[in-house]
Amino acid sequence: MYAQMIKSEASQDDPEKLTAFQARIDAGDKIEPKDWMPSGYRKTLIRQIGQHAHSEIVGQLPEGNWITRAPTLERKAILLAKVQDEAGHGLYLYCAAETLGVSRDELTEMLLDGRMKYSSIFNYPTLTWADMGAVGWLVDGAAIMNQVPLQRTSYGPYARAMVRICKEESFHQRQGFDIMMKMADGTDAQKRMAQDALDRFWYPSLMMFGPSDAESVHSEQSMAWKIKMNSNDELRQKFVDQTVPQAEYLGLTVPDENLKWNEDKGGYDFSQPDWSEFFEVLKGNGPCSTERIEARQKAWDDGAWVREARMAHAAKKRSAKVAAE
Amino acid sequence: MSVIGLIRMGDNTLVLGQRLSEWCGHAPALEEDIALANTALDLIGQTQLWLDLAGQREGQGRTADTLAYTRDAWDFRNLLLVEQPNRDFAVTMTRQFLFDTWHFEALQALINHADADISAIAQKSAKEVTYHRERSTDIVIALGNGTEESHDRMQGALDRLWPYVGEMFAQDDDDLTDMSVLRDAFDVHVSQTLSESTLTKPDSDFAHQGGKTGTRHSEHLGHMLATMQVLPRNYPGATW
Repeated sequence: MYAQMIKSEASQDDPEKLTAFQARIDAGDKIEPKDWMPSGYRKTLIRQIGQHAHSEIVGQLPEGNWITRAPTLERKAILLAKVQDEAGHGLYLYCAAETLGVSRDELTEMLLDGRMKYSSIFNYPTLTWADMGAVGWLVDGAAIMNQVPLQRTSYGPYARAMVRICKEESFHQRQGFDIMMKMADGTDAQKRMAQDALDRFWYPSLMMFGPSDAESVHSEQSMAWKIKMNSNDELRQKFVDQTVPQAEYLGLTVPDENLKWNEDKGGYDFSQPDWSEFFEVLKGNGPCSTERIEARQKAWDDGAWVREARMAHAAKKRSAKVAAE
Repeated sequence: MSVIGLIRMGDNTLVLGQRLSEWCGHAPALEEDIALANTALDLIGQTQLWLDLAGQREGQGRTADTLAYTRDAWDFRNLLLVEQPNRDFAVTMTRQFLFDTWHFEALQALINHADADISAIAQKSAKEVTYHRERSTDIVIALGNGTEESHDRMQGALDRLWPYVGEMFAQDDDDLTDMSVLRDAFDVHVSQTLSESTLTKPDSDFAHQGGKTGTRHSEHLGHMLATMQVLPRNYPGATW
């Protein structure tokens, strides 16, 4: 779940058109780029898809942090492939956002100057190799919870991007779990790393779903438009119910004293994360917030001459072609 | 067939793959990020093949991983070119272009090697390297021609890296094939690309030596290995 706290925009459009649009959504139609859509739908989607795309790109950094230190050649290759997939996801998502009339460069500038956000989870540091397991297992696991239903989202290009992304994310999650199994089954130091990774990533993973919907004023419109398919609490519950038995299988302890199976609801009772920490992270006070944006800013600035040169070269080639014709 | 020759091939791909992977998340554009990671991935895959074969032929129970993670710098046999730091995109892509051009010719020669295992690895690698060379050639042409700044950066990168070209063709008996005979084909491709790029081939043919023999690596290799090998060295006996 890489979209958090997406503010849904009101639409000041013709009420008749709005009703007809809602009827299409309710009938399960896919909205395509050239179709009429309410301005609020367009703006909300740009924000949501943009935030998702930025999350993929910033999300390369905490895992990229370990590629050069991966402990075997096979693990290095798997991690490289994974981070490469994430850049690819960013690319499809920026393309999906472009169909709504915003360019990748504009979106990037909005990320860098703070007008757009990325998922809170990528502001946390990756401190040991077990974190590569925890990120795959928990972070990708949480992302999948949200992204699987988004394959049915009402906006065609977003839904189609999500189909491809989901396939790769499930593979990433299995790889993450595989790292955790090796660590949990390994030496005492490896077991300690595995438990430490779970301790540090558990609550930030729960935060990925966003605060309780009771506090969210924007969910209702997004759900009516089918750009948000489930409530935050519903997905968080599903994630906990899926993950706790996996932690038990690994022989690891979920860092929550209140975690308990609740027969009546058929799910676990669990502690909420510290939401004040979440809001601090969103404000830019996450442990790695400054470094993450700094790294993206540096890549953008250092790469400017390359992007300019490629554009200049392409323009020269075009004019040479015209001259030859 | 020399084990050192196999190790040389594997160390080149390992060290360059490691260098390229340092770019992950930091490249000038998303497409370049993906392409750099993809190239790194190919090279790490090739490393596994070459070093596994080296370990088998050596017969002392060493695997690709033990060779990669437990040797110190003086036992590495890679070219000095590939251990040079990334610096900027101009240096990274010029290093890639020079290496790819040599690598392509070396693999073409090794496809005809009498040893079937060597031939098979060369055949598989050559498919990937054909694409690597195509891409780095295109980038050298685009950036050489692009803007004044990109042209200057590319010329600077070429001047800086040219002294590492000669070592690729220094022949000794440990190589899997006579590398010196590849120089003509290398020069043809490089000259053609540079002329399309409006870049000038440096005059001096001075060549630094000591990478492929292991006798004098640059200061950079030790730092790279310190990073790369940290987990197996800190936690000996662990499986990952």
